[in-house]
Amino acid sequence: MFKKKSSLRAVYGKELVNLGKKYDDIVVLDADLAKSTKTEFFKKEFPERFFDMGISEADMVVTAAGLASVGFKPFCSSFAVFLTGRVYDQIRNSIAYPSWNVKLISTHAGISVGEDGASHQMLEDIAITRVIPKITILSPSDPNMVSNLMEKIYHYESYLYMRLPRNDVYEIYKKDQDFEIGGSYIHKIGKDITIVATGQLVSYSLMAMLELEKEGIDTGVVDMYTLKPLDTKTLDSIIDISKGILVCEEHSLIGGLFGSIAEYVVRNHPLPIESVSVNDTFGESGKVEELFEKYGLSKESIMKKGKILYDRI
Amino acid sequence: MDIERLKKISKKARIDILKMVYNASSGHIGGSFSAIDIMVYLYFQKMNYSKDNYDKPDRDRFILSKGHASAALYTCLAYKGIISENELLSFRKINSILQGHPSRKLTPGVETSTGSLGQGLSFANGVAIGLKLKNIPSKVFVMIGDGEINEGQIWEALMSSIRYKLDNLRIILDYNHLQIDGKIEDIKDPRPTKEKFESFGFATFEMDGHDFKEIDKTFTSADKIKKKPVFIIANTIKGKGVSFMENNVDFHGNPPNKEEFEKALMELSNV
Repeated sequence: MFKKKSSLRAVYGKELVNLGKKYDDIVVLDADLAKSTKTEFFKKEFPERFFDMGISEADMVVTAAGLASVGFKPFCSSFAVFLTGRVYDQIRNSIAYPSWNVKLISTHAGISVGEDGASHQMLEDIAITRVIPKITILSPSDPNMVSNLMEKIYHYESYLYMRLPRNDVYEIYKKDQDFEIGGSYIHKIGKDITIVATGQLVSYSLMAMLELEKEGIDTGVVDMYTLKPLDTKTLDSIIDISKGILVCEEHSLIGGLFGSIAEYVVRNHPLPIESVSVNDTFGESGKVEELFEKYGLSKESIMKKGKILYDRI
Repeated sequence: MDIERLKKISKKARIDILKMVYNASSGHIGGSFSAIDIMVYLYFQKMNYSKDNYDKPDRDRFILSKGHASAALYTCLAYKGIISENELLSFRKINSILQGHPSRKLTPGVETSTGSLGQGLSFANGVAIGLKLKNIPSKVFVMIGDGEINEGQIWEALMSSIRYKLDNLRIILDYNHLQIDGKIEDIKDPRPTKEKFESFGFATFEMDGHDFKEIDKTFTSADKIKKKPVFIIANTIKGKGVSFMENNVDFHGNPPNKEEFEKALMELSNV
């Protein structure tokens, strides 16, 4: 179904350079991972606007807040586990509470970090950032989406967190497809069930949809690339048409998109919800495909959960 | 420099801080009294900072990393006319713009929200780097506590100040030797203190943080330093100005009772 795979972090790095050419108030900070997060492209092009803060993420994100206070637009990058978990308090107290316009862009989110293992995988970042008041959270699924969103992120006048994976992901969208911060992309709303997926699980959900339809289950897929604020308008449409929702995310089953959608649906229009997410556990070393298989994030897992949901409705 | 004027402002500030904390039945007198003379010097003598320019890019900036000395900061902002003096007694009360710890969104003149310790220096570095990028000649003054240097982020930030040669930055250590749980020397002894900061590469100064003449001499000398940041160890007395509060850790974060309040008010008024 999908042929080409590419790297979201490479697109992020290239788009930073494009933004750097257009806008002289953009500054980029990294914490000794520029080669991995791909901020090295910006570093090479604009060394005077690039700050390698060393292995000190706390110092990095608060320095970015200071730069924002003088009118710069800072982008900070590191692995998801370090950019959120390690500096939760700094994001809360020195970026969100005083409301500084700092963009936090992580790579290596999820279990797809692979061989580095659980210390470097991050399955809790949505949960711990989502509770920070008024934060905006993005989780793109596709390179053209990242490319399209970057200019909007630059112009977005508030603090924001975006999570990107390490591995290459399938290309889903055409180059000219437009996306809005705060929105989602409706591939189809199913009469039986709709899969609401985020990040690289969107491509697997689209593959699973075809299989489920073959088995007579009218299935839809919505790409929920904005995790916060939740696109409740689209959710309302799903609730109107579908009889059940299957949430798919490369994240712990606690506190992520599943939690977010459950909180909304249960309060407004109770409806069966199932999830494809990682159980309450740490990951481990392995290849991406092996990990997705073992931790229940494969296309087959989505189909299995889809059928369980279908039996409930 | 009119020392008598600065002394008068400090005296008024100490009385107001005492009243604010007593009225709120909470707040931090000890660390406000150790810091206030330096803050009065900065706001009323040293800094390019006024009611007319406090939101303009070319102002000098004071960042209170030890945010619990908020009462001291609010008195300075009030006497500068940036917030109303009447507001001071709403300190720490519901619906007040004067939060227990400084809030940038609620209080005009507060450069950023602080209180979660260890973060203000990184913020100040960011400001100093930004000012240099924009060729704005303003100075950044940041005050950190001596208990606060327990925080690892302070040491990350110190290395950044050096790395970026922030000669527009003045770090002031409020060295009053007490933190909530006791003497700083009994908890995480920073000694040899001056040598530590010198070894990092700072132009390091020591001064009596309650003597305006010495404070002025120090900050004037600091202005001559080029290509490296300045670290000032301010030898101060926690609770300075009230005999029974001086060097008394009980007044770090506890308000005085009625009797203590009246006694303290008497002492401060008779200076």
